[in-house]
Amino acid sequence: MNFVITGTSKGLGKYLALSYLSEGHSVAGCSRSESTIEHPLYSHHQLDVSSENDVAKMIRKVVSDHKVIDALINNAGRASMNHILTTPSRTADELLRTNFLGTFLMTREVGKQMCRQKKGAIVNFSTVAVPLALEGEAVYASTKSAIETFTKITAKELGHFGVRVNAVGPTPVETDLIRAVPPQKIAEIIDQQAIKRMGEAGDVKNVIDFFISPASQFITGQVLYLGGVA
Amino acid sequence: MKDRCETLVMAVIKEIAEMEGVAALKNPEKGTKLLGATLDSLGIVLLSSELEEAIHREFKIEVSLADDRAMSQRTSPFRSVGRLAEYVAELASEKLAGQQ
Repeated sequence: MNFVITGTSKGLGKYLALSYLSEGHSVAGCSRSESTIEHPLYSHHQLDVSSENDVAKMIRKVVSDHKVIDALINNAGRASMNHILTTPSRTADELLRTNFLGTFLMTREVGKQMCRQKKGAIVNFSTVAVPLALEGEAVYASTKSAIETFTKITAKELGHFGVRVNAVGPTPVETDLIRAVPPQKIAEIIDQQAIKRMGEAGDVKNVIDFFISPASQFITGQVLYLGGVA
Repeated sequence: MKDRCETLVMAVIKEIAEMEGVAALKNPEKGTKLLGATLDSLGIVLLSSELEEAIHREFKIEVSLADDRAMSQRTSPFRSVGRLAEYVAELASEKLAGQQ
């Protein structure tokens, strides 16, 4: 399969890219920083996912190289924990641009190709912070709420073309994204899960594997939370 | 520029007519109506996507035909072949001028 994965320089994105590469798939990745992956089946595009022109150029190059895009994983994201009264507007703007605008632009550009192919699977990233309505995550969780609505409507708009769109909502996973979150806060989140442990990268990949599997061709517009959060 | 864009738009519309089996678009003219007449909203989505590709091949520029008016039958640049060719020429001219 040919994958496009955003945010591949570190964390979950890097894990997913390396995992799919090790399974023999090709991966086109991107991040604002230089590549941290060396692999013959990997191509890296240094860009900001909220740049319309850069995203269009990347996808045009990927299509030119691979002809087909089977799966898009919109992993790139930023997090920020802060009380609403002390959150700078610049932070809110940055989170919206990366988390929502980036997902929208990638979906639009890859979606055009998938519609031509009449097939493809897109997986977006939400978070358990949405259903748990976690204090201190008003802006971050709101950008992810937007992703959930975007996922459901995009699934309807692209479903006519054989393109499926779903989202995974991870619990806290040990990555840079949550490094600044106090341990007590993490413990409070875990306490609200049915299965009380930190998430692992493999848990997230398992859901993505399920969503992109050809056997899941009747599954679209869904948001699946990890850890038993409903 | 206008003539090149018109030729380009006509060629892409013929491709879409083949792909989607739309007999009314096999021999398009400037006055041929598109949105709501010969193409539904999904057809417009396909046309937009194929046309962006064709513009890139022809002019080596990235343009986005996404437009808030795209699905409006009154003001959409996709309402007729002639209007679409004018719209493409405007966008391409702006983009090429910006590169100089």
